[in-house]
Amino acid sequence: MCLGIPGQIVEITDEARMMAMADVSGVRREVNVACVLEGDIGDLVGTWTLIHVGFAMSLIDEEEAASTLQALKDLGEAQETLKQMAEGDAALENPSAGAEKPEVSA
Amino acid sequence: MKFASEFRDPAAARALLAAIAAKADALGATRAKPIHIMEICGGHTHSIFRYGLDKLVHEGIEFIHGPGCPVCVLPRARVDECIELAERPEVIFTTFGDAMRVPGSQKSLMQAKAAGADIRMVYSPLDALELARRNPAREVVFFGLGFETTTPSTALAIQQAAREELTNFTVFCNHITVPEPIKALLDDPHMVLDGFIGPGHVSMVIGIHPYDFIARDYAKPIVVAGFEPTDLLQSILMILTQIEQDRAAVENQYARVVPDDGNKVSLAAIADVYQKRPTFEWRGLGEIDASGLQIRPEYRAFDAEEKFGIGYAGVRKHVPEVEGTACGQVMTGRMKPPQCPQFGKGCTPEMPLGALMVSSEGACAAYWQYGGVRGTSAGTSAGETAGEAAE
Repeated sequence: MCLGIPGQIVEITDEARMMAMADVSGVRREVNVACVLEGDIGDLVGTWTLIHVGFAMSLIDEEEAASTLQALKDLGEAQETLKQMAEGDAALENPSAGAEKPEVSA
Repeated sequence: MKFASEFRDPAAARALLAAIAAKADALGATRAKPIHIMEICGGHTHSIFRYGLDKLVHEGIEFIHGPGCPVCVLPRARVDECIELAERPEVIFTTFGDAMRVPGSQKSLMQAKAAGADIRMVYSPLDALELARRNPAREVVFFGLGFETTTPSTALAIQQAAREELTNFTVFCNHITVPEPIKALLDDPHMVLDGFIGPGHVSMVIGIHPYDFIARDYAKPIVVAGFEPTDLLQSILMILTQIEQDRAAVENQYARVVPDDGNKVSLAAIADVYQKRPTFEWRGLGEIDASGLQIRPEYRAFDAEEKFGIGYAGVRKHVPEVEGTACGQVMTGRMKPPQCPQFGKGCTPEMPLGALMVSSEGACAAYWQYGGVRGTSAGTSAGETAGEAAE
Protein backbone atom coordinates (compact mmCIF):
# COMPACT_ATOMS: atom_id res chain seq x y z
CA MET A 1 0.00 0.00 0.00
CA CYS A 2 2.94 2.35 0.56
CA LEU A 3 5.03 1.41 -2.45
CA GLY A 4 3.82 2.14 -5.95
CA ILE A 5 3.96 -0.43 -8.72
CA PRO A 6 4.88 0.35 -12.35
CA GLY A 7 2.18 -0.02 -14.98
CA GLN A 8 1.85 0.92 -18.64
CA ILE A 9 -1.22 2.85 -19.76
CA VAL A 10 -2.83 0.87 -22.60
CA GLU A 11 -6.09 2.75 -23.24
CA ILE A 12 -8.28 5.56 -21.95
CA THR A 13 -11.50 4.12 -20.55
CA ASP A 14 -13.39 7.15 -19.20
CA GLU A 15 -12.12 10.59 -20.15
CA ALA A 16 -14.56 12.46 -17.88
CA ARG A 17 -13.51 10.53 -14.80
CA MET A 18 -9.88 10.51 -15.95
CA MET A 19 -9.73 6.72 -15.91
CA ALA A 20 -7.43 4.54 -17.98
CA MET A 21 -6.59 0.87 -18.32
CA ALA A 22 -3.10 -0.02 -17.16
CA ASP A 23 -1.09 -3.17 -17.69
CA VAL A 24 0.53 -4.00 -14.39
CA SER A 25 2.87 -6.94 -14.74
CA GLY A 26 0.47 -8.60 -17.18
CA VAL A 27 -2.66 -7.80 -15.15
CA ARG A 28 -5.09 -5.19 -16.48
CA ARG A 29 -6.39 -2.73 -13.93
CA GLU A 30 -8.36 0.48 -14.35
CA VAL A 31 -6.56 3.41 -12.75
CA ASN A 32 -7.14 7.11 -12.24
CA VAL A 33 -4.69 9.34 -14.13
CA ALA A 34 -5.62 12.79 -12.74
CA CYS A 35 -2.25 13.20 -11.01
CA VAL A 36 -0.16 12.65 -14.14
CA LEU A 37 -2.41 14.44 -16.63
CA GLU A 38 -0.77 17.45 -18.25
CA GLY A 39 -2.09 17.78 -21.78
CA ASP A 40 -4.30 15.56 -23.87
CA ILE A 41 -5.34 12.45 -21.96
CA GLY A 42 -4.77 10.34 -25.09
CA ASP A 43 -1.06 11.16 -24.95
CA LEU A 44 -0.79 8.96 -21.87
CA VAL A 45 -1.38 5.77 -23.86
CA GLY A 46 1.90 3.86 -23.99
CA THR A 47 3.53 5.73 -21.09
CA TRP A 48 4.79 4.06 -17.93
CA THR A 49 3.54 5.26 -14.57
CA LEU A 50 4.04 4.47 -10.92
CA ILE A 51 0.65 3.40 -9.59
CA HIS A 52 -0.40 3.76 -5.96
CA VAL A 53 -3.66 2.17 -4.78
CA GLY A 54 -5.32 2.69 -8.15
CA PHE A 55 -3.90 6.13 -8.95
CA ALA A 56 -1.08 6.84 -11.40
CA MET A 57 1.17 9.16 -9.40
CA SER A 58 4.28 9.67 -11.47
CA LEU A 59 5.45 9.21 -15.05
CA ILE A 60 8.57 7.10 -15.30
CA ASP A 61 10.64 5.73 -18.18
CA GLU A 62 10.60 2.12 -19.22
CA GLU A 63 13.99 1.37 -17.69
CA GLU A 64 12.94 2.79 -14.33
CA ALA A 65 9.72 0.77 -14.56
CA ALA A 66 11.67 -2.44 -15.13
CA SER A 67 14.16 -1.90 -12.31
CA THR A 68 11.43 -0.82 -9.88
CA LEU A 69 9.36 -3.88 -10.73
CA GLN A 70 12.37 -6.12 -10.13
CA ALA A 71 13.00 -4.51 -6.73
CA LEU A 72 9.33 -4.91 -5.82
CA LYS A 73 9.49 -8.58 -6.79
CA ASP A 74 12.60 -9.05 -4.63
CA LEU A 75 10.71 -7.55 -1.71
CA GLY A 76 7.60 -9.62 -2.36
CA GLU A 77 5.66 -6.37 -2.78
CA ALA A 78 4.77 -6.86 -6.46
CA GLN A 79 3.15 -10.22 -5.74
CA GLU A 80 1.34 -8.70 -2.75
CA THR A 81 -0.01 -5.79 -4.83
CA LEU A 82 -1.26 -8.09 -7.60
CA LYS A 83 -2.98 -10.22 -4.96
CA GLN A 84 -4.63 -7.12 -3.50
CA MET A 85 -5.85 -6.09 -6.97
CA ALA A 86 -7.48 -9.51 -7.39
CA GLU A 87 -9.00 -9.28 -3.91
CA GLY A 88 -10.33 -5.84 -4.74
CA ASP A 89 -12.02 -7.15 -7.88
CA ALA A 90 -13.50 -10.06 -5.92
CA ALA A 91 -14.74 -7.80 -3.12
CA LEU A 92 -16.96 -5.92 -5.57
CA GLU A 93 -18.94 -9.05 -6.32
CA ASN A 94 -18.93 -11.32 -3.34
CA PRO A 95 -19.37 -10.34 0.29
CA SER A 96 -17.36 -13.29 1.52
CA ALA A 97 -14.44 -12.76 -0.85
CA GLY A 98 -11.07 -11.84 0.50
CA ALA A 99 -11.48 -13.28 3.99
CA GLU A 100 -8.75 -15.81 3.45
CA LYS A 101 -6.49 -16.59 0.56
CA PRO A 102 -8.84 -17.69 -2.21
CA GLU A 103 -8.88 -21.45 -2.67
CA VAL A 104 -7.76 -22.26 -6.18
CA SER A 105 -8.82 -25.67 -7.36
CA ALA A 106 -7.34 -27.25 -10.44
CA MET B 1 28.45 -15.55 -3.07
CA LYS B 2 24.99 -14.41 -2.17
CA PHE B 3 26.01 -10.79 -2.59
CA ALA B 4 26.55 -11.05 -6.35
CA SER B 5 23.25 -12.72 -7.10
CA GLU B 6 21.21 -10.38 -4.91
CA PHE B 7 22.31 -7.09 -6.43
CA ARG B 8 21.55 -6.12 -9.98
CA ASP B 9 24.78 -4.16 -10.08
CA PRO B 10 27.17 -5.81 -7.59
CA ALA B 11 30.12 -3.73 -8.73
CA ALA B 12 28.30 -0.48 -8.03
CA ALA B 13 27.15 -1.80 -4.64
CA ARG B 14 30.71 -2.83 -3.73
CA ALA B 15 32.10 0.56 -4.74
CA LEU B 16 29.44 2.34 -2.66
CA LEU B 17 30.10 0.11 0.36
CA ALA B 18 33.84 0.84 0.08
CA ALA B 19 33.21 4.59 -0.18
CA ILE B 20 30.88 4.44 2.85
CA ALA B 21 33.52 2.52 4.81
CA ALA B 22 36.22 5.07 3.97
CA LYS B 23 34.03 7.97 5.06
CA ALA B 24 32.89 6.19 8.21
CA ASP B 25 36.53 5.52 9.15
CA ALA B 26 37.46 9.13 8.42
CA LEU B 27 34.65 10.24 10.71
CA GLY B 28 35.85 7.90 13.45
CA ALA B 29 32.63 5.86 13.47
CA THR B 30 32.88 2.51 15.24
CA ARG B 31 30.49 -0.16 16.45
CA ALA B 32 30.77 1.29 19.96
CA LYS B 33 30.38 4.87 18.73
CA PRO B 34 28.27 4.62 15.57
CA ILE B 35 26.69 7.21 13.32
CA HIS B 36 22.93 6.84 13.75
CA ILE B 37 20.93 7.06 10.54
CA MET B 38 17.15 6.79 10.69
CA GLU B 39 15.34 5.41 7.69
CA ILE B 40 11.92 6.98 8.11
CA CYS B 41 9.96 4.79 5.71
CA GLY B 42 8.93 1.21 6.44
CA GLY B 43 9.57 0.34 2.80
CA HIS B 44 13.20 1.30 3.34
CA THR B 45 13.33 -0.79 6.53
CA HIS B 46 12.07 -3.76 4.55
CA SER B 47 14.61 -3.15 1.78
CA ILE B 48 17.53 -2.76 4.22
CA PHE B 49 16.74 -6.13 5.78
CA ARG B 50 15.88 -7.84 2.53
CA TYR B 51 19.29 -7.03 1.07
CA GLY B 52 21.13 -7.31 4.38
CA LEU B 53 22.43 -3.74 4.13
CA ASP B 54 22.51 -3.52 7.93
CA LYS B 55 25.18 -6.24 7.89
CA LEU B 56 27.00 -5.14 4.72
CA VAL B 57 27.67 -1.51 5.60
CA HIS B 58 30.59 -0.41 7.77
CA GLU B 59 29.98 -1.36 11.38
CA GLY B 60 30.10 2.29 12.40
CA ILE B 61 26.74 2.90 10.67
CA GLU B 62 23.72 2.03 12.75
CA PHE B 63 20.22 2.09 11.28
CA ILE B 64 17.45 3.38 13.50
CA HIS B 65 14.10 2.23 12.13
CA GLY B 66 11.65 5.09 11.91
CA PRO B 67 7.90 5.37 12.41
CA GLY B 68 7.03 5.28 8.69
CA CYS B 69 4.77 2.27 8.65
CA PRO B 70 1.15 3.46 8.89
CA VAL B 71 -0.15 0.09 10.01
CA CYS B 72 2.43 -0.07 12.80
CA VAL B 73 1.56 3.30 14.32
CA LEU B 74 -2.18 2.68 14.35
CA PRO B 75 -3.45 2.73 17.96
CA ARG B 76 -5.50 -0.22 19.14
CA ALA B 77 -8.42 2.13 19.85
CA ARG B 78 -8.65 3.00 16.15
CA VAL B 79 -8.79 -0.68 15.19
CA ASP B 80 -11.58 -1.10 17.75
CA GLU B 81 -13.45 1.78 16.11
CA CYS B 82 -13.06 0.19 12.67
CA ILE B 83 -14.62 -2.98 14.04
CA GLU B 84 -17.41 -1.00 15.70
CA LEU B 85 -18.22 0.57 12.32
CA ALA B 86 -17.90 -2.73 10.47
CA GLU B 87 -20.30 -4.48 12.83
CA ARG B 88 -23.13 -2.05 12.06
CA PRO B 89 -25.57 -4.02 9.91
CA GLU B 90 -25.94 -1.32 7.25
CA VAL B 91 -22.18 -0.90 6.77
CA ILE B 92 -19.89 -2.43 4.18
CA PHE B 93 -16.47 -1.71 5.67
CA THR B 94 -13.68 -1.47 3.10
CA THR B 95 -9.99 -1.43 3.85
CA PHE B 96 -6.53 -2.03 2.42
CA GLY B 97 -5.59 -5.61 3.21
CA ASP B 98 -2.60 -4.39 5.25
CA ALA B 99 -4.87 -3.41 8.15
CA MET B 100 -6.74 -6.70 8.42
CA ARG B 101 -4.46 -8.45 10.89
CA VAL B 102 -3.60 -5.53 13.17
CA PRO B 103 -4.79 -6.49 16.64
CA GLY B 104 -7.39 -4.33 18.37
CA SER B 105 -8.10 -4.67 22.06
CA GLN B 106 -10.41 -7.64 21.49
CA LYS B 107 -9.87 -8.75 17.92
CA SER B 108 -8.60 -7.81 14.49
CA LEU B 109 -10.64 -6.88 11.41
CA MET B 110 -9.84 -10.35 10.07
CA GLN B 111 -11.44 -11.91 13.14
CA ALA B 112 -14.42 -9.56 12.96
CA LYS B 113 -14.93 -10.57 9.33
CA ALA B 114 -14.77 -14.25 10.23
CA ALA B 115 -17.42 -13.54 12.87
CA GLY B 116 -19.75 -12.16 10.19
CA ALA B 117 -19.04 -8.44 9.76
CA ASP B 118 -19.18 -7.31 6.12
CA ILE B 119 -15.55 -6.29 5.70
CA ARG B 120 -14.01 -6.22 2.25
CA MET B 121 -10.36 -5.93 1.37
CA VAL B 122 -9.98 -3.57 -1.53
CA TYR B 123 -6.97 -2.48 -3.54
CA SER B 124 -8.08 1.11 -4.00
CA PRO B 125 -10.58 3.62 -2.60
CA LEU B 126 -11.96 3.54 -6.15
CA ASP B 127 -13.13 -0.04 -5.40
CA ALA B 128 -14.98 1.32 -2.37
CA LEU B 129 -16.59 4.02 -4.55
CA GLU B 130 -17.74 1.36 -6.98
CA LEU B 131 -19.20 -0.67 -4.11
CA ALA B 132 -21.15 2.41 -3.02
CA ARG B 133 -22.54 2.86 -6.55
CA ARG B 134 -23.58 -0.80 -6.71
CA ASN B 135 -25.07 -0.95 -3.20
CA PRO B 136 -27.18 2.20 -2.77
CA ALA B 137 -29.03 0.69 0.20
CA ARG B 138 -25.81 0.09 2.14
CA GLU B 139 -23.35 2.47 3.80
CA VAL B 140 -19.89 1.98 2.34
CA VAL B 141 -17.12 3.14 4.69
CA PHE B 142 -13.53 3.26 3.48
CA PHE B 143 -10.76 3.08 6.05
CA GLY B 144 -8.47 5.95 5.02
CA LEU B 145 -5.10 4.80 6.23
CA GLY B 146 -1.59 5.84 5.34
CA PHE B 147 0.85 8.69 4.90
CA GLU B 148 0.95 11.21 2.08
CA THR B 149 1.32 8.42 -0.50
CA THR B 150 -2.26 7.22 -0.02
CA THR B 151 -3.83 10.52 1.09
CA PRO B 152 -4.31 11.84 -2.47
CA SER B 153 -6.22 8.67 -3.40
CA THR B 154 -8.88 9.16 -0.73
CA ALA B 155 -9.03 12.91 -1.38
CA LEU B 156 -9.65 12.31 -5.08
CA ALA B 157 -12.19 9.58 -4.25
CA ILE B 158 -14.10 11.96 -1.98
CA GLN B 159 -14.06 14.66 -4.67
CA GLN B 160 -15.42 12.11 -7.15
CA ALA B 161 -18.12 11.02 -4.68
CA ALA B 162 -19.11 14.67 -4.24
CA ARG B 163 -19.36 15.17 -8.01
CA GLU B 164 -21.60 12.10 -8.26
CA GLU B 165 -23.57 13.20 -5.17
CA LEU B 166 -23.21 9.78 -3.60
CA THR B 167 -24.91 9.70 -0.20
CA ASN B 168 -23.70 6.30 0.99
CA PHE B 169 -19.91 6.71 0.79
CA THR B 170 -17.76 7.90 3.67
CA VAL B 171 -14.11 7.77 4.63
CA PHE B 172 -12.94 6.95 8.16
CA CYS B 173 -9.95 9.23 7.96
CA ASN B 174 -6.82 8.14 9.77
CA HIS B 175 -4.33 9.71 7.41
CA ILE B 176 -1.10 10.85 9.00
CA THR B 177 1.82 12.96 7.88
CA VAL B 178 5.57 12.32 7.89
CA PRO B 179 7.22 15.61 8.95
CA GLU B 180 5.49 16.01 12.34
CA PRO B 181 6.60 12.74 13.97
CA ILE B 182 10.14 13.44 12.75
CA LYS B 183 10.01 16.77 14.53
CA ALA B 184 8.72 15.01 17.66
CA LEU B 185 11.62 12.54 17.52
CA LEU B 186 14.13 15.37 17.03
CA ASP B 187 12.65 17.17 20.04
CA ASP B 188 13.07 14.05 22.17
CA PRO B 189 16.27 14.52 24.21
CA HIS B 190 16.76 10.75 24.44
CA MET B 191 17.04 10.35 20.70
CA VAL B 192 20.46 10.38 19.07
CA LEU B 193 20.06 10.84 15.33
CA ASP B 194 22.81 12.00 13.00
CA GLY B 195 20.93 11.93 9.71
CA PHE B 196 17.84 10.73 7.89
CA ILE B 197 17.00 8.69 4.85
CA GLY B 198 13.83 10.43 3.60
CA PRO B 199 10.87 8.47 2.21
CA GLY B 200 10.70 8.06 -1.55
CA HIS B 201 7.08 7.69 -2.52
CA VAL B 202 5.76 10.04 0.17
CA SER B 203 8.15 12.65 -1.21
CA MET B 204 6.87 12.01 -4.72
CA VAL B 205 3.64 13.58 -3.44
CA ILE B 206 4.88 16.28 -1.05
CA GLY B 207 8.27 17.08 -2.59
CA ILE B 208 11.41 17.65 -0.54
CA HIS B 209 10.73 21.07 1.01
CA PRO B 210 8.56 19.85 3.92
CA TYR B 211 11.85 18.48 5.32
CA ASP B 212 13.64 21.84 5.20
CA PHE B 213 13.21 22.28 8.97
CA ILE B 214 15.30 19.17 9.62
CA ALA B 215 18.36 20.75 8.04
CA ARG B 216 17.60 24.37 8.95
CA ASP B 217 16.40 24.07 12.55
CA TYR B 218 18.06 20.84 13.69
CA ALA B 219 21.19 20.85 11.50
CA LYS B 220 20.67 17.23 10.43
CA PRO B 221 21.21 15.92 6.89
CA ILE B 222 18.31 14.25 5.12
CA VAL B 223 18.49 12.51 1.76
CA VAL B 224 15.30 11.41 -0.01
CA ALA B 225 15.99 7.94 -1.37
CA GLY B 226 14.71 5.28 -3.73
CA PHE B 227 14.29 1.82 -2.28
CA GLU B 228 16.61 -0.25 -4.44
CA PRO B 229 19.74 -1.27 -2.52
CA THR B 230 22.10 0.96 -4.48
CA ASP B 231 19.71 3.90 -3.91
CA LEU B 232 19.96 3.35 -0.18
CA LEU B 233 23.74 2.95 -0.22
CA GLN B 234 24.15 6.09 -2.30
CA SER B 235 21.93 7.98 0.12
CA ILE B 236 23.99 6.84 3.10
CA LEU B 237 27.11 8.06 1.31
CA MET B 238 25.42 11.43 0.65
CA ILE B 239 24.54 11.73 4.35
CA LEU B 240 28.10 10.90 5.43
CA THR B 241 29.46 13.43 2.93
CA GLN B 242 27.29 16.13 4.47
CA ILE B 243 28.48 15.19 7.96
CA GLU B 244 32.11 15.18 6.79
CA GLN B 245 31.66 18.63 5.25
CA ASP B 246 29.91 19.81 8.40
CA ARG B 247 26.78 20.87 6.59
CA ALA B 248 23.11 19.88 6.73
CA ALA B 249 20.87 20.00 3.68
CA VAL B 250 17.85 18.33 2.14
CA GLU B 251 19.10 16.33 -0.85
CA ASN B 252 17.21 14.29 -3.41
CA GLN B 253 18.80 11.00 -4.45
CA TYR B 254 15.52 9.85 -6.06
CA ALA B 255 15.00 12.77 -8.47
CA ARG B 256 14.06 10.35 -11.25
CA VAL B 257 10.72 9.90 -9.43
CA VAL B 258 10.56 12.69 -6.85
CA PRO B 259 10.10 16.25 -8.14
CA ASP B 260 11.43 18.79 -5.61
CA ASP B 261 8.00 20.43 -5.48
CA GLY B 262 5.97 17.21 -5.33
CA ASN B 263 2.85 16.40 -7.33
CA LYS B 264 0.66 19.48 -7.82
CA VAL B 265 -2.63 17.69 -8.51
CA SER B 266 -2.22 15.51 -5.42
CA LEU B 267 -1.32 18.41 -3.18
CA ALA B 268 -4.30 20.43 -4.44
CA ALA B 269 -6.68 17.53 -3.77
CA ILE B 270 -5.29 17.02 -0.26
CA ALA B 271 -5.59 20.74 0.52
CA ASP B 272 -9.15 20.83 -0.82
CA VAL B 273 -10.46 17.85 1.16
CA TYR B 274 -8.35 17.70 4.32
CA GLN B 275 -7.20 19.90 7.15
CA LYS B 276 -4.84 19.24 10.01
CA ARG B 277 -6.17 17.90 13.30
CA PRO B 278 -4.85 19.72 16.36
CA THR B 279 -3.35 16.46 17.57
CA PHE B 280 -3.37 12.77 16.68
CA GLU B 281 -2.51 9.63 18.63
CA TRP B 282 0.24 7.31 17.37
CA ARG B 283 0.81 3.82 18.67
CA GLY B 284 4.06 3.88 20.61
CA LEU B 285 4.64 7.61 20.16
CA GLY B 286 1.61 9.10 21.90
CA GLU B 287 -0.09 12.33 20.87
CA ILE B 288 1.73 14.37 18.23
CA ASP B 289 0.60 17.88 17.34
CA ALA B 290 -0.77 18.44 13.83
CA SER B 291 0.27 14.96 12.70
CA GLY B 292 -3.11 13.74 11.46
CA LEU B 293 -5.63 14.89 8.88
CA GLN B 294 -9.39 15.26 9.08
CA ILE B 295 -12.01 15.89 6.43
CA ARG B 296 -12.91 19.56 6.00
CA PRO B 297 -16.45 20.65 7.00
CA GLU B 298 -17.27 21.26 3.30
CA TYR B 299 -16.98 17.50 2.78
CA ARG B 300 -18.53 16.41 6.08
CA ALA B 301 -21.15 14.32 4.24
CA PHE B 302 -18.27 11.99 3.35
CA ASP B 303 -16.78 11.91 6.84
CA ALA B 304 -17.49 8.65 8.69
CA GLU B 305 -16.50 10.26 12.01
CA GLU B 306 -19.27 12.85 11.59
CA LYS B 307 -21.83 10.48 10.13
CA PHE B 308 -21.42 7.78 12.76
CA GLY B 309 -20.19 9.85 15.72
CA ILE B 310 -17.02 7.86 16.08
CA GLY B 311 -13.29 8.46 16.35
CA TYR B 312 -12.31 12.04 17.01
CA ALA B 313 -15.95 13.10 16.57
CA GLY B 314 -17.06 10.62 19.24
CA VAL B 315 -15.99 9.68 22.74
CA ARG B 316 -12.26 9.10 22.56
CA LYS B 317 -11.19 5.93 24.27
CA HIS B 318 -7.63 5.21 25.21
CA VAL B 319 -6.59 1.60 24.94
CA PRO B 320 -3.21 0.87 26.51
CA GLU B 321 -0.62 -1.24 24.73
CA VAL B 322 -0.39 -4.95 25.45
CA GLU B 323 1.41 -5.52 28.74
CA GLY B 324 5.00 -6.67 28.37
CA THR B 325 5.46 -5.39 24.82
CA ALA B 326 7.91 -2.64 24.00
CA CYS B 327 6.42 -1.36 20.73
CA GLY B 328 7.00 2.27 21.71
CA GLN B 329 10.70 1.80 22.45
CA VAL B 330 11.19 -0.17 19.25
CA MET B 331 9.26 2.44 17.25
CA THR B 332 11.53 5.21 18.49
CA GLY B 333 14.67 3.17 17.92
CA ARG B 334 15.50 2.96 21.63
CA MET B 335 15.25 -0.81 21.61
CA LYS B 336 15.99 -3.37 18.91
CA PRO B 337 13.10 -5.77 18.27
CA PRO B 338 14.85 -8.85 19.78
CA GLN B 339 15.30 -6.96 23.04
CA CYS B 340 11.52 -6.83 23.52
CA PRO B 341 10.53 -9.51 26.06
CA GLN B 342 7.69 -10.69 23.82
CA PHE B 343 9.68 -10.88 20.55
CA GLY B 344 9.33 -14.36 19.10
CA LYS B 345 7.65 -15.57 22.27
CA GLY B 346 4.17 -14.11 22.75
CA CYS B 347 4.50 -12.03 19.58
CA THR B 348 5.11 -13.63 16.17
CA PRO B 349 3.86 -12.81 12.65
CA GLU B 350 1.30 -15.59 12.99
CA MET B 351 0.02 -14.32 16.36
CA PRO B 352 1.09 -10.68 16.59
CA LEU B 353 0.63 -8.72 19.80
CA GLY B 354 1.92 -5.49 18.29
CA ALA B 355 1.53 -4.06 14.82
CA LEU B 356 5.29 -3.95 14.16
CA MET B 357 5.09 -7.72 13.82
CA VAL B 358 2.19 -7.58 11.35
CA SER B 359 3.42 -5.57 8.41
CA SER B 360 6.38 -6.52 6.24
CA GLU B 361 7.40 -2.90 6.72
CA GLY B 362 7.44 -3.22 10.50
CA ALA B 363 10.85 -3.52 12.16
CA CYS B 364 9.87 -6.59 14.19
CA ALA B 365 8.54 -8.54 11.21
CA ALA B 366 11.68 -7.61 9.24
CA TYR B 367 13.95 -8.87 12.05
CA TRP B 368 11.88 -12.01 12.31
CA GLN B 369 11.97 -12.72 8.60
CA TYR B 370 15.55 -11.81 7.81
CA GLY B 371 17.41 -12.29 11.08
CA GLY B 372 18.84 -9.95 13.65
CA VAL B 373 21.57 -7.36 13.84
CA ARG B 374 25.19 -8.38 13.68
CA GLY B 375 27.22 -8.82 16.78
CA THR B 376 24.65 -8.40 19.52
CA SER B 377 23.65 -11.42 21.50
CA ALA B 378 20.00 -10.48 21.19
CA GLY B 379 20.36 -10.24 17.43
CA THR B 380 22.11 -13.57 17.17
CA SER B 381 19.45 -15.37 19.10
CA ALA B 382 16.75 -13.68 17.05
CA GLY B 383 18.45 -14.80 13.86
CA GLU B 384 18.59 -18.36 15.11
CA THR B 385 14.99 -18.24 16.22
CA ALA B 386 13.89 -16.91 12.85
CA GLY B 387 15.98 -19.56 11.10
CA GLU B 388 14.41 -22.31 13.15
CA ALA B 389 10.96 -20.91 12.51
CA ALA B 390 11.63 -20.91 8.78
CA GLU B 391 12.55 -24.58 8.90
